[in-house]
Amino acid sequence: MSDRLKIFLLLAPALLIIGLLFFGGLLIGLMRSFNYMPVIGLTDPDLSAYKSVFTDREFYLSFLLTFHIAFTSTVISSILAVGAALLLRRQFVGRAVVNFLFQLNLTVPHLVGAIGILYLFSQSGSFARLAAEWGMIARTSDFPALVFDPYAIGIILQYVWKEVPFIGVIVLANMQSIGEDYESVARSLGASRWQSFRHVLLPLIFPGMLSASVMVFAFTFGAYEIPAILGANFPAALPVLAYRKYTDVDLAARPEAMAMAIVIAILSGVMIYLYVRYSRRRIRT
Amino acid sequence: MSAKESIGIRSFRFLTGALLIIWLVLPLIPLAIWSFAHGWFFPNLLPAKWSMRAWEYTFSDTAGVIDSLWLTIGISLAATVLSILIGVPAGRALGMYKFRGKEFVELLILAPIIVPGIAVVLGIHSVFISMGLNNTVTGVILVHLIPTLPYMILVMSGIFANYDPAFESQARSLGASPVKTFWYVTLPAIMPGIIVGGLFAFLVSWSQYILTLLIGGGRVVTLPLLLFNFATSGRNDITGAIGMIYILPGIFILLLTARHLSGRSGAVGGFGQI
Repeated sequence: MSDRLKIFLLLAPALLIIGLLFFGGLLIGLMRSFNYMPVIGLTDPDLSAYKSVFTDREFYLSFLLTFHIAFTSTVISSILAVGAALLLRRQFVGRAVVNFLFQLNLTVPHLVGAIGILYLFSQSGSFARLAAEWGMIARTSDFPALVFDPYAIGIILQYVWKEVPFIGVIVLANMQSIGEDYESVARSLGASRWQSFRHVLLPLIFPGMLSASVMVFAFTFGAYEIPAILGANFPAALPVLAYRKYTDVDLAARPEAMAMAIVIAILSGVMIYLYVRYSRRRIRT
Repeated sequence: MSAKESIGIRSFRFLTGALLIIWLVLPLIPLAIWSFAHGWFFPNLLPAKWSMRAWEYTFSDTAGVIDSLWLTIGISLAATVLSILIGVPAGRALGMYKFRGKEFVELLILAPIIVPGIAVVLGIHSVFISMGLNNTVTGVILVHLIPTLPYMILVMSGIFANYDPAFESQARSLGASPVKTFWYVTLPAIMPGIIVGGLFAFLVSWSQYILTLLIGGGRVVTLPLLLFNFATSGRNDITGAIGMIYILPGIFILLLTARHLSGRSGAVGGFGQI
């Protein structure tokens, strides 16, 4: 058997599944978003779904909110993750515990984290009770709204909780395989602690951090259950809005939902591309 | 460098470490407490009365939690086995061979990791309706392959990149059949990858929510769907108990694989989706 045939046969099942389900799903979504579905008699593609999506004020508010959630969570998580990795590469009392919890946290589904954040930060949650205990608030409504709030603080807190360990584990592994020799050289040549971090270590760990944070951005931009648990009703995150449109009793809203799904796919692709390009340029100079 | 460090830096490290530990376990604590609470009203810091009520309900036959637990295990196991069967050959092709269009194939396989599930599942839903796969366990298992398969392939191509096919040709030249060669030579060599990749695929499937909700149409009630329903209907005690059950497989898998999780392995990428 020739190598080419062998490679084809080895890859065929995987490409078939991913091609049919993933790209098939995208394609059908794209067709339906143009109101084009010959099977059910829709043979004239049009842009009406996109028109109503792009003239809807809620869509823009949702987009801004979703972008804010994804961007803020990714940046905060990346910075804290590098800090945590710097901490974890040194010996200190309790390092093994932090290491274990880091990994434990990776296995806890986002949904559980979201419910935990809800019970901690809601207006009748643990922190509100602590504030009441210390006499800082009298009623639950005195406690600042940190979940179901317009700034999506609860959602961001959940993502930071979950993604710091994710990025941290990857960055830490990078640091450990790089070792400390380069930094020692920089220090012996007179670089300050900050300089040897900024100009020696950071560029070395950056590729690993970037690929991890791209995954975080993509996930936080497209996730449904976390904003569904912790988010405000209006504006809702884009995936929540798309799901609502899709399950609307009015079936005419379905093409709109499909259009939104396609917009989510395109936007996440574009933003990941820009993020990678922009941050690569920033870190080299 | 470490010998000269001052007390100040060491205690700073200890304090931030302690803060990190508290922050990492904090969200799980109210869940655990709620599962043993008999009513827990503002502003009580701890429940006034404790009870096993939520746990008794969770394990009762009427609640359906146990049925849902078995269903979730079954779906995740099926998605894992399919991912292994499809992912191992693909990983071999990508790890051991160079061929024209390889980068393109890699891009196709990795695309589902970056593109959000909600963007593809709506389209799949309308196809599955016509195929009769909607609201079925089979449909849910199939759709779980979208996030699980890319990771399996990623892990396996890493394993095959460090694999020496010379052992196979030696076995063949000594008269072993292709099946025997695979069983006695290839499989033992790639087993660690299959185990780690498979456990990850299991966890990724285990944590799926929106794919199951849409394709299962509310008929295929896995544990995360049940958890979401109880959480949004305000039954915090039962939510706590189901939440505790729901995180157990992850802890178990972590204890099994902790030494493989150095972060250098492609497998860790799987956690981005959990």
